[in-house]
Amino acid sequence: MPNTKKAKNRADRKDTLKKVLQRIKPYWPLVTLSILAALVTVAATLYVPVLIGNAVDRILEPGKVDFTAIWRILTQIGVVVLITAFFQWVMNISNNRITYHVVRDMRQEAFDKIEILPLKFIDAHSYGEIVSRVIADVDIFADGLLMGFTQLFTGLITIAGTLVIMLTVNVTITLVVVCITPLSLFVASFIAKRTFSMFKVQSETRGEQTAFIDEMIGNQKVVQAFGQEEKVEERFCEINDRLQECSLQAVFYSSLVNPSTRFVNSVVYAGVGLAGALAAIGGTLSVGQLTCLLSYATQYTKPFNEISGVVTELQNALACANRIFELIEEEPQIPDAPDAVHDLQADGSVELEHVYFSYVPDRKLIEDFNLEVKPGQRIAIVGPTGCGKTTIINLLMRFYDVNKGTIAVNDTDIRHMTRHNLRENYGMVLQETWLKAGTIRDNITMGKPGATDEEVLEAAKATHAHSFIKRLPQGYDTFIAEDGGSLSQGQKQLLCITRVMLCKPPMLILDEATSSIDTRTELHIQNAFARLMEGRTSFIVAHRLSTIQEADKILVMRDGNIMEQGNHEELLQANGFYAELYNSQFAI
Amino acid sequence: MRKLLIYLKDYTKESILAPLFKMLEAILELFVPLVVAYMIDWGIGYENKTLVMQLVLALVGLAAVGLICSITAQYFAAKAAVGFATNLRQALFHHIQNLSFTEMDTAGTSTLITRMTSDMNQVQSGVNMTLRLFLRSPFIVFGAMIMAFTVDVKAAMIFVVTIPVLFVVVFAIILISIPLYKKVQASLDAVLGATRENLTGARVIRAFNKEEEEQENFRAKNDVLTRIQKFVGKFSGLMNPVTYIIINGATVILIWTGALRVESGALTQGAVVALVNYMAQILVELIKFANLVVTMTKALACANRIESVFEIEPTKVLTRQQTAAAAKDTAAKMAEQNEHAPVVEFRDVCLTYKNAGAESLTNLNFRVNRGQTVGIIGGTGSGKSSLVNLIPRFYRATKGQVLLEGVDIDDYPLDTLRDMVGVVLQKAILFKGTIRENLQWGRENATDEELMEALTIAQAKEFVDKKEEGLDAFVDQGGKNLSGGQKQRLTIARAVIKKPEILILDDSASALDFATDARLRRAIRDMEDAPTVFIVSQRAATVQFADLILVLDDGCIAGSGTHEELMASCEVYREIYNSQIHAAKGVAAHA
Repeated sequence: MPNTKKAKNRADRKDTLKKVLQRIKPYWPLVTLSILAALVTVAATLYVPVLIGNAVDRILEPGKVDFTAIWRILTQIGVVVLITAFFQWVMNISNNRITYHVVRDMRQEAFDKIEILPLKFIDAHSYGEIVSRVIADVDIFADGLLMGFTQLFTGLITIAGTLVIMLTVNVTITLVVVCITPLSLFVASFIAKRTFSMFKVQSETRGEQTAFIDEMIGNQKVVQAFGQEEKVEERFCEINDRLQECSLQAVFYSSLVNPSTRFVNSVVYAGVGLAGALAAIGGTLSVGQLTCLLSYATQYTKPFNEISGVVTELQNALACANRIFELIEEEPQIPDAPDAVHDLQADGSVELEHVYFSYVPDRKLIEDFNLEVKPGQRIAIVGPTGCGKTTIINLLMRFYDVNKGTIAVNDTDIRHMTRHNLRENYGMVLQETWLKAGTIRDNITMGKPGATDEEVLEAAKATHAHSFIKRLPQGYDTFIAEDGGSLSQGQKQLLCITRVMLCKPPMLILDEATSSIDTRTELHIQNAFARLMEGRTSFIVAHRLSTIQEADKILVMRDGNIMEQGNHEELLQANGFYAELYNSQFAI
Repeated sequence: MRKLLIYLKDYTKESILAPLFKMLEAILELFVPLVVAYMIDWGIGYENKTLVMQLVLALVGLAAVGLICSITAQYFAAKAAVGFATNLRQALFHHIQNLSFTEMDTAGTSTLITRMTSDMNQVQSGVNMTLRLFLRSPFIVFGAMIMAFTVDVKAAMIFVVTIPVLFVVVFAIILISIPLYKKVQASLDAVLGATRENLTGARVIRAFNKEEEEQENFRAKNDVLTRIQKFVGKFSGLMNPVTYIIINGATVILIWTGALRVESGALTQGAVVALVNYMAQILVELIKFANLVVTMTKALACANRIESVFEIEPTKVLTRQQTAAAAKDTAAKMAEQNEHAPVVEFRDVCLTYKNAGAESLTNLNFRVNRGQTVGIIGGTGSGKSSLVNLIPRFYRATKGQVLLEGVDIDDYPLDTLRDMVGVVLQKAILFKGTIRENLQWGRENATDEELMEALTIAQAKEFVDKKEEGLDAFVDQGGKNLSGGQKQRLTIARAVIKKPEILILDDSASALDFATDARLRRAIRDMEDAPTVFIVSQRAATVQFADLILVLDDGCIAGSGTHEELMASCEVYREIYNSQIHAAKGVAAHA
């Protein structure tokens, strides 16, 4: 069992690696340049010690110093060094470019995916977790990738290069080196295998902590209102302590790789020294050659050292890449059919036929729901809190797809329309106001980017948002922070209504749209809405009976089911659940 | 960065020992060229095989001791760095917890989150690397120089010149990159902000068909980040080539000088090899150092960002632990005034938000007696929420005084104050955990009966009962698995369970239907030791039966009194009332 799991892990990693390589592919010219530069750099770097060795061999003892030869060698060193430095820089820059471009692409891919993921996924995951994938994981991956590029390539080339040169100098000593060095790889992989799981625990704990931070700092006001700072800190402390523990393990054990492999290298160095010195005594090797071999031994073993370091880093990076790919490969919403209707101008007729829907398969919600809406009708959805009113909106806007049955606009099944086309026919104001970071104007013109200043002003006046906007420091160009910043809930709602007011779509969805607006302002807005709703189909989720009683049709919901349908008078006469609700308004 | 170093205090021992052991290792390494030179001059020169053997054993011995030193150093460094980050994270979290609403508004959530996470990780690895290498590298560099002196003073002068040049170059690159890395993190903030925004606003973005535009926006932000990252890369990429040139230039001069010295008989060949080896060691060390510098500059930039959060001073120093003396004083005052003082009194209270042009509240004056219900009604942005936010001191009045039981609320320790006041905010926020855990925020050791009682009052019992797991039913982050009304009722229950002296409902029944709303108000009024209640609402029906109704208009009190009084005297109130009740009654009569 553990074996198959290990094999699966390895397959996973291979798979991830393949995906990473796919994303590097578009940058192959840069990769080629980087490899070429690495080749030149390594070759030149390796050539320098040879030259130095040659020079040292020309310095024997007083009277036996060949100055002209030394001068010639030294100028050669100078030239080679300059070439090396240049190509090193080229290599560094190419690696940087490749890494940051690949990472940018992946981040974009992840973000693009967020835009087409079914809402089901977004509703089911904590924001902090998704954000951590797009930000933190991508970051760590970038670090790993960069390190991989700079050190893996040059490392491998260096190993090959030194081997060749050492062989030309002395075969036996080279064999000594080649035989001992793999020891360091063995040691490194031994340690890496044991640290991989520690890294995993670390990144999981980190994820947990990020989610906690996101939740608590995001809702700090509530934390403070309940004086829970200490409690929250305690919980944070608990996670933090756990993180400390597993981080310490991961950091310490992974940092053992370097000293251990360095020790192996020192042994190699000593081995070369021994064999070299004995050969020199035997007269088969010059002192200059020995110096040269010694320095190559260091150069040869160093990359093993680095590569082993890179391997741990890369493992960590791959683990992160895997989390990003998971997001990128998440099943997107069903794409629009190629022949889907994309230019439907809704006249406002909506028909729901035998609609079945539930969020969780084993918990039934909406069953066999039928509704026919004629153009221009006003449909009010009422019911006690939590009866599933927003579910209807999710279905109408196709945030969620029905499980069975059909929803049709203009007799066209909404699944046969593009989402774009469907949604542009609706104007939606939700109970939970959402504004993006940007100016007031940006927010208002969301639905109609090309709107002129006059149109914006007209819409804002119609909703009475104008009076508060004009009092803001920069009026319509006032920048508001994420989630509306310091605007009051009501002001935010006014902006959301203005946003819809500007587009004048044929159908409206108003979810508790005016719950945070005072009734005086609301009255004004109602007038504006009334004008807007004229000839337009509208779905209104509201609790205020005054808003509801003018509706053409009232859907009374309870526990996700439609209990009653009809207009105000009909429903009162039926003396059912609606009548009960209505009468309770005055029972105080 | 300097201010952050105090969090390393607990790990002083480790942070001294780690570099110390690294240095020990470095000293051992510095002996290696000497041993090799000795081997060349004496072992090979005199063909002494036993000496060669002994010297090789010495090399292995040096390596072994070096390994032990190094592992010890790594352990201490890891312990200090991880411990430091843990302490720092805790301290930062604590600090953020103590920021008041005003500072939270200005700082912004997403940047605080990056600072707690990504910046923090960078700092941790920075400290770790620094402890491991920062002392070691200069030490090896200087050590190599000193060793060079022992070999030959004249040749060593080349080291004396080379090293300062190297340091200048290295530090110049560091100094240029730090501000650039700061920019990188700032662009990262923007990317994070966009991601968060698109998750929280997924519905609206899709409703307005903005997906593609948002992708474009993100692309722009992402590109800015990439561009600045590449720019920084160009600079830090200079480090290796430049140091490489300097060192090898020095080596060339070294060999030439060495040649001259050997010719004059002042040096042996082995000594020249040793000198060249020392130069090579400096190079190897500097390459490591260059990598370290990248990590370090990043870490420094991140540390600065963390520090800037610490620099946001909580407005009120007298936060949670007020001095004992002051607390006593307050207690005495409270006892003295308690009896006859109104529960809440506003005296000429004004509030101007930070960075706001105009006052949001102007000269508010009113008194509320124990057990009264106060209704607050008024236009959007008229200051209703601002008013109630002053009572638990979420914001502080910029002028005037807010008194609680006769004592200025500024004199209360925050803990005491917030214990006395239960607040239900406009936005219903719940936390990941069970319903029970969420409610226990109000009171930690509340029994199940008490919890159920609170749920009954908040009209939430019915739907909680319906859940299979009851109180142990799980609430997702942000209460995403509950409807708006369910969330609101749970937040009300959470405040009620506190049995506060003052209960503030800031338009928190907006998602409730009228029937539930009415039942809720009645239940609160019938509570044992019924609290003084502030109800902010849009609905005239909700505040109609309050003992005192405050009508706000543009930050001023436009009228106060009972329903009847206001109907008689207050134009604004009449308008609001008629617009709502009349319409509804008319239809009722009609039916």
